[in-house]
Order: sequence, then structure tokens, then C-alpha cells
Amino acid sequence: MIEFKHVSVSFKQHKQIFEAVNDAHFKIEKGEIFGIAGSSGAGKSTLLRTINLLQTVSSGEILVDGENVTNYRRTQLRILRRNIGMIFQHFNLARNLTVYQNIAFVLKAAGKSKAETETRVKELLDLVNLSEKSNSYPANLSGGEKQRVAIARALANDAKILLCDEPTSALDLETTSSILSLLKDLNKKFGITIVIITHELDVIKSICTRCAVMNKGSVVEIGDVYDIFTKPREDFTRQLLSHTSHFNLPEQIIDKMQGPIIRLTFKGDNANNPILYYAANTFQIGFNILLGKVEYINDLPLGILYVQLIGETEPLKLAIEFLAANTADLEVINHGL
Amino acid sequence: MDFDLKAALFLTFGQTMQMVISSLLAAIIIGGSIGLLLFLTSNTLFLKNRAINQIVGVIINITRSIPFLILLVLMIPVSKAIVHTSIGPNAVVIPLAVAAIAFLGRLSEASFSDVDNGVLEAAIASGASKLSIVLKILLPEALPSLIKNITVTAVSLIGFSAMAGTVGGGGIGDLAIRYGYQRYEPEVMFICVIVLVLLVQIFQVIGDSSAKKLDKTSK
Ligand SMILES: Nc1ncnc2c1ncn2[C@@H]1O[C@H](COP(=O)(O)OP(=O)(O)OP(=O)(O)O)[C@@H](O)[C@H]1O
Ligand SMILES: [Mg+2]
Repeated sequence: MIEFKHVSVSFKQHKQIFEAVNDAHFKIEKGEIFGIAGSSGAGKSTLLRTINLLQTVSSGEILVDGENVTNYRRTQLRILRRNIGMIFQHFNLARNLTVYQNIAFVLKAAGKSKAETETRVKELLDLVNLSEKSNSYPANLSGGEKQRVAIARALANDAKILLCDEPTSALDLETTSSILSLLKDLNKKFGITIVIITHELDVIKSICTRCAVMNKGSVVEIGDVYDIFTKPREDFTRQLLSHTSHFNLPEQIIDKMQGPIIRLTFKGDNANNPILYYAANTFQIGFNILLGKVEYINDLPLGILYVQLIGETEPLKLAIEFLAANTADLEVINHGL
Repeated sequence: MDFDLKAALFLTFGQTMQMVISSLLAAIIIGGSIGLLLFLTSNTLFLKNRAINQIVGVIINITRSIPFLILLVLMIPVSKAIVHTSIGPNAVVIPLAVAAIAFLGRLSEASFSDVDNGVLEAAIASGASKLSIVLKILLPEALPSLIKNITVTAVSLIGFSAMAGTVGGGGIGDLAIRYGYQRYEPEVMFICVIVLVLLVQIFQVIGDSSAKKLDKTSK
């Protein structure tokens, strides 16, 4: 659907060349919700904007639906852009136009008649649940409502791709989840391919199927969201993840504890088995759960448990071996043996 | 009083309005276009062109840095060529218009630049043509600020037109100088000043209220 072929973007600043995107080379499949994560300045927005040519590439090619669009100009480019909607962190609605006028603008600009425009705007406002706000000005809408209008505008000309640059970063948690579920619905209902940039990893966890991680202009890791969150391959990804999942046992507690402390990670199916209980029974040891959580990434469970084990040295060793074999990951935090 | 003050006031008020309105119209049409050109040639989303931008910018700057009284004199040959006279309201319309065009050119460029670039970018991303973006997004978004700047221009023009009166341009300012100052009739001077103050007030009130009406950015 969207293919980056060795895409680089560089800017000239004070006679120095700065590579904002460095050799991006990957594919985004039709109908998926693809996330792009990375720290500030990593080049996420720059990469996203190459898709609709808001940003021209310095080298490489962009393919949309198998067609090389890198050199599209004028009419060709305008038609391409009609098929690619875009939403932004700050919504970017014209402030002196009503909700209706904001959406109608892109329809009229695409040559729709007045009657067509009218029915389509109604349809779109129904879709995003804002029918009664048709004549309101953006200043009188909440952030979430503004983003809904922006989504309606982005999809007005039946876009097949929706580019989202930090779409929920200006919204509170509740509104964020309502916008995300709207995006998910649109993806399901119309098969729209969604590319979403965010620095909030929770956003990626909750709606993306695959994601890319960017650092200093390069795509360092790319794959299924669940895999990336459960077993990141790159140090940078691990670092990025640790910033958000503050799920660690305080040092003082670890130091005070007797006996080994282990960190167990459960994934997918084995998250539902009573492995710990089984180990305790078999090897005749005790256990004490210090901290635990189960979260759902992409609708698959990921469980993390911090457990203190109590018992004789030999059975403990065997139990740890057994647990390591039957969970996704086991890390011994404190040997205490 | 040895002359018909009322008739003189009517006549000169009409002259002032003629000078202000026609030069203001020229400023809105030509100055506004220049402002738009300056904006479009400075913005990468539209027609960024450094050469054109700088050339036009320098011309505007030079015009703006010439004191109005000197501009009045410099424009005498131009006025002669265009309106075939070098005195009277018709003649001073030319320097007034030139000053107002340069003035509003810069101010309207600022009005356009103040429009949120993100809004324009969103419109570009929607595949709309640049022309329709300029007409249907840029103009409405900039309009309240443009109207405020047109008001500022109008108010300055009232002042300049009074100054133009001193070199034979006619208008209220001319009346004030000839009767109020040279013949020392303070009441004429006083009435002229009152009329000018009222005129400024009226422009200001109309400008402010219409700008406010068109501005939907606050609740
Ligand atoms: N038009 C430009 N001219 C010069 N440098 C630019 C331009 N656009 C972006 N950059 C630089 O490129 C780098 C990447 O910017 P980009 O906006 O893509 O980052 P980002 O990953 O989206 O960051 P953020 O999360 O802060 O939005 C930054 O260092 C930025 O300063
Ligand atoms: Mg960004």
C-alpha cells in the first residue's frame, strides 16, 4: 500500500546538511494500523509527510498502491492528496469557518457540486457523531470534537489512507481513547490504512498492529507491536519502553527481601495458565507476589509478575529452571541464595 | 465671520472624504495584493520566491521611509501626468494612495503571515488548489486582522489628507490652516479638529465592530 524505498530527507541548515530521515526502507500494508514511535526530533513527522509529498525526499522513492508518486506534481499530486487524509496534533481547522464549511471546503475543492457536498457533509458528521455541531465554529468545540471534525474532513473525499501526526497528544486520556476507538472503527468499517505517529506508546499498544521505532532519523526496529513491546531487539527500543512502563520494584524493597526475587513475563496463551502455582506445588516451595499486572497489547495479554520465592536452595533452582522454561521470560532480580 | 463656514465645511469635508476613500480603495486593492504577493512569495507552501519577495519588499520599504511631505512634492509630476493637475484633492490622491498602498502592503502581509500555517498545510494536504486555498481559507482567516489594518490605514490617511491640505490639497485640513491658522480664527480651527476627530472615531468604530463580527476565534 505504502512503500518507502531507501527514503532519505535532508535539510540544509547553516551550511550544514542535516539528515532528518535516513534510508527508510519498509512497507505499510493495506488495511493495517501502523504506528511510528520515537523520541522528539527522530524524524517521524518528516517521514510521515513524505507520503503525501508535503515533504519532498532528497533520495529514494515513495510508492502508493504500487505507483511511484515521488515525482507527482500539480493535478496528479492533488488527486493523490485527496485520497490521503491527514490529521494533526492541533487539529488545524480554519477558525473562521464553521464545522460545515471546513468539511465542505475540501469537497468543493475536489469539484463536488453543492448538493453532493451537502449530503456528504451530513453523512460525515453522522459518522463522527457531530451532526448537531454543523454550524458551530471550532472555538466552541472541545479538543475531541475538533479532532472528529478534522477526521471527517480528512476522509471527505473517500480517502483510503489516513495519516495521523500525534492525533491525541493534545487530548486528555478519556478523549484520547474515544478518538482511538473512532480510528479503529473507521479502519474496520472502511478498510482505511492508518499511519499514526505518536510519542505515547499506549496509543500504539492500543490500536496498532505493527509499528516502526525511529531514532535520529533511522528506523531502528520494525515489526508486530506485540513482539516489539514484549521482546524489543534494540537497545533504543528498550530505552523508549522503559520511559513509559514504570513498572519496576523499588530498590529498597529488593534489598530488604530474603530469598530470590524473579521477574516473570507471560505472553499470549501462557498468560492464562497457573504456572506459578504448579511450580510451587511440584517443588514444594512458597511464593510471594510482590507486584503484578496484565495489560493487553493489540488484544493479546502481556503479564508481568515480580515474585519472591521461599524454600531450600535445590528446589528453588529447579523451580526457577521450570519457570524459565514455561514463561516468556524470567529474570532473576535478586539471587538471595 | 466673513465667509459661509457651513458651506466651506461641507465642501472641504467632501474633499477629505474623496481623498481618503479613493486612496483607501487603492490601498485595499493594490496594497492588499502586494501584501498577498509578499506573503505567497515568502511561504514554501505557496510560491516561495526570494527574488520577487525581496525586490517588492525593498520597493515598499523605500516608499515607506520617505516622509509624507516629501512624497507629496516628489509626486507632483506623477499627479500632473495622471490627473493633469498638481493642486487640489484630485492631485493629492496620488501621493496619498502611494503612501497608503505601501503602508497597507506591509500590514496586510503581516495579517496573512499571522494565519496559522498548520491550517494552510491541512488545506494543501487535502489536495485543494492553491487558488481555492487563498480565496476560501487564507482570506477568511486573515480577514479580521486585515480589517483592523485597513482601519489603521484609514485613520492615518485622515491625518495625511489634512497634511496634504497644507500644500493646496483641499479638505478639512486645508480649511483649518487657511482660516484657523493663517487668518487666526480659532473657532474654525476648533470645528475642523472636531470634525477630524469624529471622522477618525467613525472609521475606528466601524472597523473594530466589523473585525470583531468576522472573528470567530474566541467563544
Ligand atoms: N523544514 C525543516 N528545515 C530544517 N530542519 C527541519 C525541518 N523539518 C524538520 N527539521 C528537523 O528534522 C528533525 C526531525 O523533525 P521531525 O519533525 O520529523 O521530528 P519528530 O520525530 O516528528 O519530532 P516530534 O516528536 O518533536 O514532532 C528535527 O531535528 C527538525 O529540527
Ligand atoms: Mg512531529
